[in-house]
Amino acid sequence: MTTPIRSAAVRWFTPNRFGLAVLLITAYAVIPFAGSDYLLDAVLTPFLALALAALGLNLLTGYAGQVSLGSAAYLAVGAYAAYNFNLRLPGLPFLASLVAAGFVAAAVGIVFGLPSLRLRGFYLAVSTLAAQFFVQWALTKFGWFSNNNPSGVIDAPPLAVAGLSFSGAVGRYVFSLTVVVVATLLGTRLLRSQVGRNFMALRDHEVAAKVIGVPLLRTKLLAFGVSSFLIGVAGVLWAFAYLRTVEPAGFNLDRSFQILFMIIIGGLASIRGAFLGAAFIVVFPLLLSRFGAALLGNVFDSGVLEMSQRIVIGALIIGLLIAEPCGLIALVDRVADKIRRRVFPPQSRPIHN
Amino acid sequence: MSLIATAPGNSLIVARARERATVHSNVAGGTPRAAGAVRVDAGAPVLTLQSISLSFGGVTALDGIDLAVAKGEIRAIIGPNGAGKSSLLNVVSGLYRPGRGVVQLGSERFRHVPTARLAAVGVARTFQNLALFKGLSVLDNVMMGLVHCRRAGFVRQILSTPQARREEAKARAAAEEAITFLHLGAVKHQLAGGLPYGILKRVELARALVARPRLLLLDEPLAGVTLGEKRDLAAHVRNARDAYDTTIVLIEHDIGVVMGLSDRIAVLDYGRKIADGSPDEVRSDQAVIDAYLGVAHEGETELVI
Repeated sequence: MTTPIRSAAVRWFTPNRFGLAVLLITAYAVIPFAGSDYLLDAVLTPFLALALAALGLNLLTGYAGQVSLGSAAYLAVGAYAAYNFNLRLPGLPFLASLVAAGFVAAAVGIVFGLPSLRLRGFYLAVSTLAAQFFVQWALTKFGWFSNNNPSGVIDAPPLAVAGLSFSGAVGRYVFSLTVVVVATLLGTRLLRSQVGRNFMALRDHEVAAKVIGVPLLRTKLLAFGVSSFLIGVAGVLWAFAYLRTVEPAGFNLDRSFQILFMIIIGGLASIRGAFLGAAFIVVFPLLLSRFGAALLGNVFDSGVLEMSQRIVIGALIIGLLIAEPCGLIALVDRVADKIRRRVFPPQSRPIHN
Repeated sequence: MSLIATAPGNSLIVARARERATVHSNVAGGTPRAAGAVRVDAGAPVLTLQSISLSFGGVTALDGIDLAVAKGEIRAIIGPNGAGKSSLLNVVSGLYRPGRGVVQLGSERFRHVPTARLAAVGVARTFQNLALFKGLSVLDNVMMGLVHCRRAGFVRQILSTPQARREEAKARAAAEEAITFLHLGAVKHQLAGGLPYGILKRVELARALVARPRLLLLDEPLAGVTLGEKRDLAAHVRNARDAYDTTIVLIEHDIGVVMGLSDRIAVLDYGRKIADGSPDEVRSDQAVIDAYLGVAHEGETELVI
């Protein structure tokens, strides 16, 4: 028997937490100095924004079992809300605009989540398309949202929090990283609490959940609210840290599908899955295009190359999901488990009663 | 057994008289509790059904069912397939709205039991084909049984305020107790999705018990398991009644299993109650024998193909 202090320390210092610590140290202390501007600007910042959006959607779809095809709408709501808070309330700190934008997205999400009280599965998915089309239409139709820009385009001001400027590539990356880390932490806490259990209960057996007293209405709307809050914040990052000039057309149905594919490929009901899925969708096309251009650049023109990339990615997704329907995260876990068994042969564990 | 051995028709009258007495005592206020060793307390029915009728389109599922379940008893409801047993349980848990009749749970009378408030009223149930949350661990599944007691909102839960922590600790302790009680300790951290059926039956029982319900409805708790598991489960059901001081209504279509388990048995056939009494009475009841074995009616011609 080990002493209590040591066993407590050992319990706290699990391999997972060790891995997380290494990842965070790398993300904060190594990448900002070692990464090129291209890596930070074109790969990591969009990855972070989309990973947060995927996390938000995974909360709703993966954990609470409510399918949504309106993610891009909430991204847009977040982006435009933060823009307007920033523009129309000059004294408001940017972080306050960010959080307020999240709340606006949450409110819109709750409104468009109302059909979930009656509809399920595909029918609900179709009804969430309403959010997608309505928001895009409203942002284009009413000039107020974009400060009367004729095509609805908004230009994000430079990022600055409490006097500190985050306008460079490194700054925008660090800002996004911090927001995503905090949001992920809060999301994780939520999922480990009773509310998280309620979400999963709702997903796994709605009638049983109702019978034992899960408040269905509140739980469903909360899932929509929290999910669109996170997606809204992701939209702020997308508009302010990544693109800096956005238009409503950028938040189209393709983007919604992209986020949905991220969680399906990464793994439903898994936080790490959302990140893996986002990494796959963001990074893989870049790798493929570099690889393709280097290999076949002088044989085919860029149009053919792009087309063939799509075919390759599509085929890979189909292959992956046949091999592992639970997504990349299940694949990673299986491989990690195999390695662990090889390195540390399993010992017979006492059964705790 | 306090029930006088009479023909089922008479016991029905006894039950009806008792229902009237209950209504009376409720008006007077408070539920009288019999002290002493007699567990089956005839004075205060936990569940009373008054002429419950239910039909789906033209099909009558339940036809004027009266039933009174006394505190502390194990009451079985049996009957052949399609007799209306599950419908009856669904009426009591509010999943179906009866066409006619009143359901009385403790002192509250309902035309349609509000399912969302069921747990708060003190009723828990299990389902015929298991209704567990596959993506949750056994411990989390059992903790879900206390969800109706949780008061801390989601912000408090994220911030983990003292109230939220206290509630979580309390729920966990109660769940651990139920898990130990049903010998599920070895699997408590496993996901419910991958466990064998017999164990899941116990997990569902634990989830229902953890809230210490006044009335526990079990929909075929012994169906679909091996003979050995059936014996274990029957023992668990009896122990649960004693340890958790609850009242149990269970459904079975296997008449043999429930004979030894139940204090009283009600028999349904084609949506009507055809018998209600002690196991011995029911066993020797001609109407029950007819319903189970079939009877040749006069004037019925056999269809020859």
